[in-house]
Amino acid sequence: MSLKVPILKLYDCLIVSIQWELDDHMAMMFQEDLLNKLYETGARGVVLDLTFVDFMDSYIAKVIGDAINMVALMGAKLVLTGIQPPVAITLVELGISLNANSTALDLEKGLEQLRKELGG
Amino acid sequence: MAKQTSVEIVTEWDIVAARQLGRNEAKALGFGTVDQARITTAISELARNIYLYARVGRIDIERLDEDGKQGILIVASDKGAGIEDVRKVLEDGYSTSGGLGAGLPGVKRLMDSMDIVSKSGEGTTITITKWLR
Repeated sequence: MSLKVPILKLYDCLIVSIQWELDDHMAMMFQEDLLNKLYETGARGVVLDLTFVDFMDSYIAKVIGDAINMVALMGAKLVLTGIQPPVAITLVELGISLNANSTALDLEKGLEQLRKELGG
Repeated sequence: MAKQTSVEIVTEWDIVAARQLGRNEAKALGFGTVDQARITTAISELARNIYLYARVGRIDIERLDEDGKQGILIVASDKGAGIEDVRKVLEDGYSTSGGLGAGLPGVKRLMDSMDIVSKSGEGTTITITKWLR
């Protein structure tokens, strides 16, 4: 029933773009897939692009916030990119902080930022 | 009082169906993208509460047209255990499920009005509205 979120490797980074609405099951699978891929590839950074996400409820926000913490525990950095205005507004109104230390306007800027943070 | 549509909440995929229905209705009514996101998010929170706490219930969505003002009315109802302390669930950070505790107070902020009727052992009905500006 659920589609998988594709995770691409580019040099020492993983690029993830969420392209469709996540149901609960897909969100949990995504979290596991991301951490497994991080372990397998030894990537040092992740860019998680949310350009195509047009709403986020507290559950999806929790899954993404947890993923950010988990990636940090594994010694990698995650940059969140492409959060759309309606998503930023509703998240703040809901009272949710995503625990994202690192965000960028779009995928391109996110990659640049990640390379800078990784020191190369 | 015009069109009314509804989704029965039984499985977690019904949460997706309910919020998609809400988004489509909000769009059809002419709500902008920010309000569409607010309405979609609010429905998702209420549908998830039903799924988590009452197991089954329903989301009814109705278009409002009062004195030339248009809006959307969403009713989330279940016959679950009910909410013991309605004031408490409206406090930020209060959760009995290990969630973020952002649910109901957050929903209230996203919408123009929220009304909770709950009886212990009989169920809960939450009504929310958003008016087109």
